[in-house]
Amino acid sequence: MKIRLKSAAALLGVATLALSACSSSTTTTSSGGTKDIKPPTMSAATKVGTGEGKLNLVVWAGYAEDGSSDTSVDWVHPFEQQTGCQVNAKVAGTSDEMVQLMRTGDYDGVSASGDATLRLIYAGNVAPVNTDLVDNYKTISGFLKNQPWNSVDGQMYGVPHGWGANVLTWNKAEVKTAPTSWSSVFDATTPYHGKITAYDSPIYIADAALYLAKTKPELGIKDPYSLTEKQLDAAIALLKQQNANVGEYWSDYTKAVQSFESGSTVIGTSWQVIANLINADKKVQVGTTVPAEGATGWSDTWMLAAKAAHPNCMYEWMNWITSPKVNAEVAEWFGEAPAQTLACDQTSDKSFCDTYHATDDAYAKQIHYWTTPQKQCVDGSGSDCTDYAEWVTKWQQMKG
Amino acid sequence: MTALVPTENLRAGRRPSRRRPAPLGYLLLLPPLAWLFIAYLGSMAVLLVSAFWSVDSFTGQVVRVTTTGNFGAVLHDPLFRTVTLRTVGVALGVTVIDALLAVPLALFMAKVAGPRMRIALMVAVTTPLWASYLVKAYAWRGLLAPNGPLDWITGGHSIGYGLPATVITLSYLWLPYMILPVYAAFARVPSSMWEASADLGATSGTTLRRIAAPLAFPGIAAGSIFTFSLSLGDYIAVQIVGGKSQLLGNVIYGQLVTANDQPLAAALSFVPLVVVLLYLFALRATGTLEQEAR
Amino acid sequence: MRLSAGLRRFVGGWTILVLLFLYIPLVFVVLNSFNSSRTFAFPPSGLTLSWWKAAAHNSAAWHALGATAIVGVCAASLALVLGTCAAFALQRYPVWGKQPISLLITMPITLPGIVTGIAMNTTFHSVLGWNLTLFTVIIAHTTFCIVVVFNNVQARLRRTGTNLQEASSDLGATAFQTFRWVTFPQLRGALLAGGLLAFALSFDEIVVTEFTAGSTRTLPLWIFDNLFRPNQAPVINVVAAVLTVIAVVPVWIAQRYGDDEA
Repeated sequence: MKIRLKSAAALLGVATLALSACSSSTTTTSSGGTKDIKPPTMSAATKVGTGEGKLNLVVWAGYAEDGSSDTSVDWVHPFEQQTGCQVNAKVAGTSDEMVQLMRTGDYDGVSASGDATLRLIYAGNVAPVNTDLVDNYKTISGFLKNQPWNSVDGQMYGVPHGWGANVLTWNKAEVKTAPTSWSSVFDATTPYHGKITAYDSPIYIADAALYLAKTKPELGIKDPYSLTEKQLDAAIALLKQQNANVGEYWSDYTKAVQSFESGSTVIGTSWQVIANLINADKKVQVGTTVPAEGATGWSDTWMLAAKAAHPNCMYEWMNWITSPKVNAEVAEWFGEAPAQTLACDQTSDKSFCDTYHATDDAYAKQIHYWTTPQKQCVDGSGSDCTDYAEWVTKWQQMKG
Repeated sequence: MTALVPTENLRAGRRPSRRRPAPLGYLLLLPPLAWLFIAYLGSMAVLLVSAFWSVDSFTGQVVRVTTTGNFGAVLHDPLFRTVTLRTVGVALGVTVIDALLAVPLALFMAKVAGPRMRIALMVAVTTPLWASYLVKAYAWRGLLAPNGPLDWITGGHSIGYGLPATVITLSYLWLPYMILPVYAAFARVPSSMWEASADLGATSGTTLRRIAAPLAFPGIAAGSIFTFSLSLGDYIAVQIVGGKSQLLGNVIYGQLVTANDQPLAAALSFVPLVVVLLYLFALRATGTLEQEAR
Repeated sequence: MRLSAGLRRFVGGWTILVLLFLYIPLVFVVLNSFNSSRTFAFPPSGLTLSWWKAAAHNSAAWHALGATAIVGVCAASLALVLGTCAAFALQRYPVWGKQPISLLITMPITLPGIVTGIAMNTTFHSVLGWNLTLFTVIIAHTTFCIVVVFNNVQARLRRTGTNLQEASSDLGATAFQTFRWVTFPQLRGALLAGGLLAFALSFDEIVVTEFTAGSTRTLPLWIFDNLFRPNQAPVINVVAAVLTVIAVVPVWIAQRYGDDEA
């Protein structure tokens, strides 16, 4: 997901409320909170039959490689040979597009991110998944199971695929002492004036909110995606102050890497894969950390369409893509932590999982995964939160 | 490459054609007009109508109830005003730079270069259009980087990223669209007129100012429509070399794609539309766009 | 042709400077296609041929190139038919409303792409409920390509007049024969130049395409995606370098045979 979608604009595409889709079947009570609303009742499969010979997927670019980008990167053809399921993968650019494609009913499965999963679940577009039927599920990192973005009341709606954090990255030559706090990018009096970078998307407001949650407890921010008007304004004020010190914002990683390499940027938010690329180029050396305040990040889940025409092939796929070897390949091609713990023995770079903290429970706990801010607070704390459209407008006003 | 020049008034006597019944003309017009009405004006009408809709903040769905709220926001939010002014400034800057770069080159092509050299120059000028926009914009990002080639050459005085870099990059991207019509306009200045002026004792400078400039102006005007309007709607180059600045295109794009507020994006897109129309009318008022369509 | 020596030197020198301005970034692109850095770092961290090899084996790039070619050819062909019809009607027939019609034809290219893009996206997607595919891209591209064919053909028709056609029909040729043997040869150059320019416009269009392509990838969109995928970013320099060099051929042909009266 790092591709376009997760990047800038797209990621949080439509601010469709997860809840809205099922408003016909349930009543929204005034107390608010998602707990009052249930996804449509569906039962998970009890066994996987023989494959149907075909599989139609909606994927992020890079999640279903068949050798067309690079002949050595191919985990689709081996799957086809093994299962007889011919894969037809449709690359989606944004979460919004993913949701729309899934609603056409033409697809069997999707690699959904945290900002799309709930929408799909509550609208009844995806079915519960019987994880007992996915052999490789057992060894998936525990901290990815039964999470708010991929399950409802203990029922999994998919199989976790991979995840990553938005880490603080710095140029080791310019920033002598390793920073341990996001204050190094948010302080008004930073020594790195004009050389700070930030992610060019309104979702970056959550990073400011996360920082404020720890440094200004009086604001009462509990979840960086559930901000009241007042809390949002505080985050925007912090970003406005940061803006004076920002050299440039980034949204594609070619720009991010180049910005560090050319010296335009010496410190800022980035991704582990970007840091690896920079270090591999050997122009400058950078360090990364998840600072004391924690970090934002993403997590993707393979989900099964409710009306899948080829459900058995989709179960086969979910098992295949989370098998140690394949999960390692995807994670390395993509630059994210694999969900499969056993993948760590299969990576071509033996230190890969350490670099990405793939099995580091404590590390993963500090990450607040991207999700779509909604009026109905996503943490269930009420219905006076600000929605994503408002974030976008405030973000634009902040940039001026 | 007269393609880019909408005007041409130097044609000698055209007489009304024989046997050219109007109905056949309308028949010929039917396919292109049907296309433009359905695919283009139809879409623009949808755009206009949708600008009066709104988005339900609860469901995120577009609500088809008429409201003028979006246009109100566009008119009253100081953000949109600032960004519009900045964008118009960039578009004008790009247009002026391109005109300055194009005029002497076009003059050289039209009045100094021989036929072979002219073709070679034409090829040289149009070929860059085929290199990808993004690749060229990224090339400028590389050229302008701190420690980049321009920094080397200027001894550390490269302008870096920001609005000036955006103006330069856009000028680069659209330059051929200015050169072609200016050249075509110069090429149409008859050599005889040039020579007559010289014979009458005018210096080259005077000839340029009094004869060539007025005749070249329609070419500049035609080219400026491209440079101005292409710059006005651009949102990609500024992301690549613009530092932390944003232009109108970025704001519209953000509202449409990121915020999914299609109605507000539609209302906002009327800003560049109105600006371009005003620009066209301004040019028309100067008489330079005299269309050959009587 | 009597510019003073000083003026000739000035415009000549200026021309050289502008050519440098036009080509230095392209040289930089070619240089970067050999740069071993994945993100075009300067100075190059080393030289390599690996991006050229990777490009040759990148079937996604070839696929995107194919899609772009399909769009370009279809849009240019449709634009040729529609633009020529419009040019004939306005230039040779006493039809009403020539001025507004010309403005209508010119509008799609003069209004910013983001406006056209949003308008068509809304229409195709929200109103008509279509899936965005190559088909919708072709519709969008044709719309703004009509004008270049129209302008080219109209200018040519204006210059050639109608005498030959009239002579032809006076001598007993049918309307078709006149078109086949008289009108078409006169227009060939203009059609070639107009069609090529339409193709070129379509070939590198990114804004309108972005809004009308859905998840199909044309070459510019593929390049855009690759900037978000650093494993492959340098491949785009190879593609751009190759395209620029190959483009010289059609551009030269169009100049040589297209605009022979300029």
